[in-house]
Amino acid sequence: MKKKRSHPDIKGSLLLSGNEALALGAFEAGVKVASAYPGTPSTEILETLCSYEGVYAEWAPNEKVALEVALGASFGGVRALATMKHVGLNVAADPLFTAAYTGVRGGLVIVTADDPEMHSSQNEQDNRNYAYAAKVPMLEPADASEAKEFLKIGYRISEEFDTPLLLRTTTRVAHVKGMVTAGAKEVPATVPGIEKMPEKFVMLPSNARKRRVELEKRMMKLREFAEAFPENRIEWGDKKRGFITSGISYLYVKEAFPEASVLKLGMVHPLPERMIKGFASEIDELYVVEELDPFIEMHIKAMGVDCRGKDVIPAIGELNAEIVRRSITGKKGGQVFEPVQIPMRPPNLCPGCPHRGIFYAISKLGAFVAGDIGCYTLAALKPLSAMDSCVCMGASIGTAFGMEKAIGKESLGKIVAVIGDSTFMHSGITGMVEVVYNRGFTTVVILDNRTTGMTGHQPNPATGSTLSGEISATVDIEALCRAIGVKHVRTVNPHNIEETEKVLKEEIERPEPSVIITKAPCVLLPEMKKRKDKRLYTIIASKCTGCKSCLKLGCPAIEWVPLAAEEAKKLGYKEKQKGYSRINPVLCDGCGQCAPLCRFKAIVISGGDNE
Amino acid sequence: MSKTGNILLCGVGGQGILLASEIASSVLIKAGFDVKKSEVHGMAQRGGSVVAHLRYGKKVYSPLIEFGSADIAVSFELLESLRYLPYYRKETKVVVNTQKILPAPVSTGVDTYPADVLEQLKSRGLEVFPIDAFNIAKSVGETRAVNMVLVGAMSVFLSVDEKIFLEVVDERVPEKVRQVNRQAFLKGREIIEAMRPAIKGGKVQP
Repeated sequence: MKKKRSHPDIKGSLLLSGNEALALGAFEAGVKVASAYPGTPSTEILETLCSYEGVYAEWAPNEKVALEVALGASFGGVRALATMKHVGLNVAADPLFTAAYTGVRGGLVIVTADDPEMHSSQNEQDNRNYAYAAKVPMLEPADASEAKEFLKIGYRISEEFDTPLLLRTTTRVAHVKGMVTAGAKEVPATVPGIEKMPEKFVMLPSNARKRRVELEKRMMKLREFAEAFPENRIEWGDKKRGFITSGISYLYVKEAFPEASVLKLGMVHPLPERMIKGFASEIDELYVVEELDPFIEMHIKAMGVDCRGKDVIPAIGELNAEIVRRSITGKKGGQVFEPVQIPMRPPNLCPGCPHRGIFYAISKLGAFVAGDIGCYTLAALKPLSAMDSCVCMGASIGTAFGMEKAIGKESLGKIVAVIGDSTFMHSGITGMVEVVYNRGFTTVVILDNRTTGMTGHQPNPATGSTLSGEISATVDIEALCRAIGVKHVRTVNPHNIEETEKVLKEEIERPEPSVIITKAPCVLLPEMKKRKDKRLYTIIASKCTGCKSCLKLGCPAIEWVPLAAEEAKKLGYKEKQKGYSRINPVLCDGCGQCAPLCRFKAIVISGGDNE
Repeated sequence: MSKTGNILLCGVGGQGILLASEIASSVLIKAGFDVKKSEVHGMAQRGGSVVAHLRYGKKVYSPLIEFGSADIAVSFELLESLRYLPYYRKETKVVVNTQKILPAPVSTGVDTYPADVLEQLKSRGLEVFPIDAFNIAKSVGETRAVNMVLVGAMSVFLSVDEKIFLEVVDERVPEKVRQVNRQAFLKGREIIEAMRPAIKGGKVQP
């Protein structure tokens, strides 16, 4: 178990990220139950919250379950939190839309962390649209300090109006650190316990129709509330040019136009119509500044207010102060130097990563690789180039099966699905059921590295421990696949590339569903970093012929050293040899994947008998 | 309105850039400034190029540095000092760790590592402060203290007392490596101090 922090430990001014501030806000609001699935840029909220005393915080298998757990906690009478990245809310959309009907007992807030610019995501959807579509209020803080306060306000609104509430951050709110002042801990009014309220909680059509009416009444009340909500505020300045904005965009507007009048919306749904119209009537030239969709703009225009917005402000990617200034005044920023052409530095699988072994083996099959979401998506990059599709969490199995149905028997041996252990737990299991039930022959490779790698090593149901570090039951992936009905389940060590290739070839040709589990822990796990039996590899320079076979692994530890013609000869190589490979001992992790790839036996254990 | 100070820190994932920017932020807070620091997690960290924006002043709005407005740039790796050129202006003090970490296109032989990185910076009239942080860290006995050497190097350009820096280092670093980190900081500071006659314009005042 990890050590817990109690309230007296936290005081004064703190430098916190938006995510850390949300955790502190949840703690101060008296949240009792918090559930999430890790996803950038939301992960650190629960990682921080789990260190506070008196809060139950957990990783759920996916966002739908996380929201259902939080909703159940709310039904049980406590304040509850569910956090997720933007695409996670797609998964949790089902409970969200009906939770808007049931309402709550204890306050319920769902944090959606959007990722404009797609720093670490597959799309840049604007989740403000969910607030409108699901008919729930949404708050949007601009920085860490507001994030904490807005979360606390969110619980009060949720309880007062009997509604779940969405709090939206973006990457630059979630991951920007700023000053936050610790505050008092609230004692929520509701008490935990069972209270049966079937008319409110059982959404049979007869009940749901009644709740539907309540939902509209609630939205009417919230619209009224928004008019007087202190976090919807006007900062009067020069009235020639005025801005309506929210979230991070507010900070860009203040930076770019410090003299202008600004209506800052703390609540982006529902909007304060009278306040907006009043502001607009005083302003000569009104702009709406928002990232991604014209959400506020569209709703303001529907009120009959004339404004400018996406006709000048980009709808794609992040904004910044310079973009806002240039879009509106046409004036160029202060850029002095043009960028120069230098080698790219894309992210890469780590040295010693077990994924490298399996993807190297897969790349030799020439098959279509239906991929999934995780570190291993990086296998799509050169030189492995071993992924041909990647859509969303869990999509690999369904898409591989769909291609198989489209092409028929001819596709046997030509398609393989690849999915990580955490992603399989998240939403891969149902795809596996589909393959077996509908008589497919899909080959599924499950990459079991014992953790959720890309988001920073969170345990999952197949790991054997929980968010707070307790030992728990471990899902046996092999037994699970057999129980689903997969007859051919094999486990391989992906560091052994020859064996992995052999098993892959056998299974992909099989006219029945098959699963290959590659089992090797992520090298960044503490137990792997600490291991003492690590034996590094080296390349005997005189034996290297410069054939570049080892470079096909794309291991950051293997470096190519180019040679000039005279240089090659001087060093004892053939005159035509263009260069040689060497292993950087600082980077090598001793996985040994590279050694068998060298036909000239130049790659050996450092300090071993063959060196 | 008083000016906001802009410090850009860049390098390669895993070099300790986030901790370095965290220490610099804490120092500036202790010195009485409002601070905002922007960084990106997740996919960007797997050996890819990493950048952190640190802004400080009386009141900081945007967490992002605009093109052409960095006061100080600290590059934790040689090549990376060129990647963020559009953020620099003529007066930017560019601290460059001369350590090379080969990016994938170079290590796989597809591209070559430019031989004239420092010259490219200098030819644009920038004030460049090269420092061999890796070997300095090694000489004090901890190769992982590269980031602390660079915090020391950067500290020369900030009008904040050395004592405050050392206080924050003590707070942030576990006891058993505290001494090594202090030494790394002081060594980095000393080396850039020695270049002082060459420093135009002195310290950066927001």
